[in-house]
Amino acid sequence: MSNENEMTSFAFTPENLEKAKAIIAKYPAGRQQSAVMPLLDLAQRQVGWTSIAVIEAIADMLEMAPIRVQEVVTFYTMYNQRPVGQHHVQVCTNICCLLTGSDGVAQVAKDTLGLDWGETTADGMFTLSEVECLGACVNAPMMQINDDYYEGLTPDSTKSVLEAIKRGETPKTGPQDGRQFSAPAGGPTTLGELTFGTEKA
Amino acid sequence: MPKLTIDGTEIEVEAGMTILQAAETIGIEIPRFCYHERLAVAGNCRMCLVEVEKMPKPVASCAMPVGEGMVVHTSNANVRKARQGVMEFLLINHPLDCPICDQGGECDLQDQAMAYGGDRGRYQEEKRSVEDKDYGPLIQTWMTRCIQCTRCIRFISEIAGTPVLGGLGRSEHLEIGRYVGAAVSSELSGNLIDLCPVGALTNKPASYTYRAWELKKTESVDAMDALGSAIRVDTRGNEVIRILPRVNDDINEEWLSDRSRFAVDGLKRQRLDRAYVRKDGKLVATSWNDAFAAIAAKVNGLAGNKIAAITGGQTDVETMQAFKDLFAVLGSPHIDCRPEGSKLWPGNRAGYLFNSTIAGIEQADALLIVGSNPRIEAPVLNARLRKRWLKGGFKAAVIGPKTDLTFKHDYLGDQASILADIASGNHPFFEVLKNASNPAIILGQGAVNREDGAAILALASKLAEATGMIKDGWNGFNVLHTDAALVGGLDMGFVPYVGGYDTAGIVAGAAKGEISVVFLAGADEVDVKNLGNAFVVYLGTHGDAGAHRADVVLPTAAYTEKSATFVNTEGRVQRTRLAIFPPGEAKEDWKVIRALSDALGKPLAFDTVKQLRERIAATNPLLAGEGSLVAAPWAPVGIDGALTDKPLASSIDNFYQVDPISRASKTMAECTSQFGGGCGCNSKKKTGTHG
Repeated sequence: MSNENEMTSFAFTPENLEKAKAIIAKYPAGRQQSAVMPLLDLAQRQVGWTSIAVIEAIADMLEMAPIRVQEVVTFYTMYNQRPVGQHHVQVCTNICCLLTGSDGVAQVAKDTLGLDWGETTADGMFTLSEVECLGACVNAPMMQINDDYYEGLTPDSTKSVLEAIKRGETPKTGPQDGRQFSAPAGGPTTLGELTFGTEKA
Repeated sequence: MPKLTIDGTEIEVEAGMTILQAAETIGIEIPRFCYHERLAVAGNCRMCLVEVEKMPKPVASCAMPVGEGMVVHTSNANVRKARQGVMEFLLINHPLDCPICDQGGECDLQDQAMAYGGDRGRYQEEKRSVEDKDYGPLIQTWMTRCIQCTRCIRFISEIAGTPVLGGLGRSEHLEIGRYVGAAVSSELSGNLIDLCPVGALTNKPASYTYRAWELKKTESVDAMDALGSAIRVDTRGNEVIRILPRVNDDINEEWLSDRSRFAVDGLKRQRLDRAYVRKDGKLVATSWNDAFAAIAAKVNGLAGNKIAAITGGQTDVETMQAFKDLFAVLGSPHIDCRPEGSKLWPGNRAGYLFNSTIAGIEQADALLIVGSNPRIEAPVLNARLRKRWLKGGFKAAVIGPKTDLTFKHDYLGDQASILADIASGNHPFFEVLKNASNPAIILGQGAVNREDGAAILALASKLAEATGMIKDGWNGFNVLHTDAALVGGLDMGFVPYVGGYDTAGIVAGAAKGEISVVFLAGADEVDVKNLGNAFVVYLGTHGDAGAHRADVVLPTAAYTEKSATFVNTEGRVQRTRLAIFPPGEAKEDWKVIRALSDALGKPLAFDTVKQLRERIAATNPLLAGEGSLVAAPWAPVGIDGALTDKPLASSIDNFYQVDPISRASKTMAECTSQFGGGCGCNSKKKTGTHG
């Protein structure tokens, strides 16, 4: 984990540079700025967060003003403007999650990890963030840990997920309440007695 | 062309126009905050909602192109209700501090809340507050007042070309801010204040000193650079409070450079408000009569060729005519209006004008800039060059100082020999110019204020002819002046007569004792320390270099304090208006010279400004009409000669301090200490907060 004041320069690793070039090549000539979001993501995967050095390197690469890149970085909660721990716990508190109990999820997450929003544990293992909608409203409330979604949370399931990660295990991702992806809770509600043609009694 | 109906009136407008623009053509004003006709459309304030029949929701008229058969309602009950809703949302987080807000009385939000808002708000919760930002010594920020129209972001990115502002954060947390470590140091930054529709960005030097309705507004013309931008001088009592741009599409559109706008405090400081005579080495305040007597004692009986006059960068045409007449009577050939040693010469007007005209430069498709940094010499013109570049199909190259001009250009070097190479066709840029349909060249004062200035002029002139810059309907040979006075002086022929000395000659003559009396009319750029034992008479506004050396100081009026004629760099004759009276006993320059001629016993043949202007018109009919712009017929210019290897530089090294007014200004001194000499705004600049 690098410190906020430590990163003075940033450059893509050779492999990532190749990837970056491939991403830029997807867009028409002169529209290379469209690659700003995937490039920021690539850089964040390389160094963990999008520092000013990252912003300037990408601005240089895409021939755009650094402020335009910073605007993107500050808009999306997925770009970390500060270094984060090994496990970045992102709890959604937008409307659907709020209505389905994200307050309880957030409280348990705070208690289990001993953190408040935006804090990182001393051992650098966990960072807890409050984020905007992550697009899993149908399975609200939810949290994202690194790239994995944990959905349909209750205070208890939140705690068990976090405890499992603390123990070094990899808990099952996706809905924690037994639902299959975003299928209706409590089983199918339509097409239940689906029959075809001659099978009709 | 689509036909549509707006509020019952059927009109036919050009395709591609927006509903808002179409409505404006028939005099229907639609309220707006984010929309500005010179900026890109943002469509984020939602104030311009109108109803279009068959569309399910009200639409933002600033961003909706007109369509065939549209039926638009701009003020029916639905639209009024929608606007009232938008206004209520805007006011949710806007503080109710109009009584202490500098924008109060000229605030778009205030006006539109009166016209379109409700009579009460329903919002009971906490308002949002935003930390103020540091935008430097010119712009005061009150970010809580910001309604996030993003006009400032768009101006600084699109027009000024220094993208340092942006919207950081998201939704309720969105704040307009600077990029870390970047300064809002554009030479056009003052325009952000005009663009801001609320009181979020206000005039810092003038903050809390005025209310908009207390000010007397005088429409005038700027004399701080050679563009002659249209300005409005706002005064209270006998004090200039602020200067704002007026719209003039031929020159400044609606922008103004920061020096023209913010050097106003220089009009109040270090002013000469009475006459002084040097006694026992010290300047002692005295009366006009005593000062004239002291000059008469020196001048009377002296041979004409022992007297000389140099006029400065803000001397008006009237003053030069009066001086010229006086020196004709005195029999002196030593007069010069080029204190910085320019090699420009009267007669061939096309040889010293910005011939393409300022608006016309937008027609150019290839441009060579020689010895000039337009960004600090004429920021408003530079914004035009950037505008031209943004349109595409524009190749520019620079021989001279290497700077960020805010538009893409090839940097060719700083040696005059490169110009010679291009002129002789031995440089690839010759082909670029040759193949362009409207090629142009801009010669800065840095190219003609040198020993080899005449040779550079000759090369530029040859290049212009060889690459087709001179043809029917197009003259791309441009001289960019930095002083408001020089074109007028050259039009007047205020240069040495046969056998007379130019500025350098006068200084050398004074040092040698050949010249015993030197008149300096605001000419502080002259090497005043080397005037030997000459008796120096200084006519001017400020206690600047010239006044310190002077033996007699005669206080005169600044450009805001008189009606005076100036000719801008493209040859447009314009007149300033008296906004306030000169301080103390100071008088208009031509009146001082007229009175002096009486004291010398050689009264001049005019008594009123009308008579003087008639005399000017008789000598040069081009100077007769105010606002007139006459294209100059082309003739080759310059004298072939050897080039020196001195690097070509801009004639200005500090954008903020150029003339006596800006040197006396505290605000400009602060800008100098914070921003340096201008052009310091490089968004990629590494700073202390960097990483």
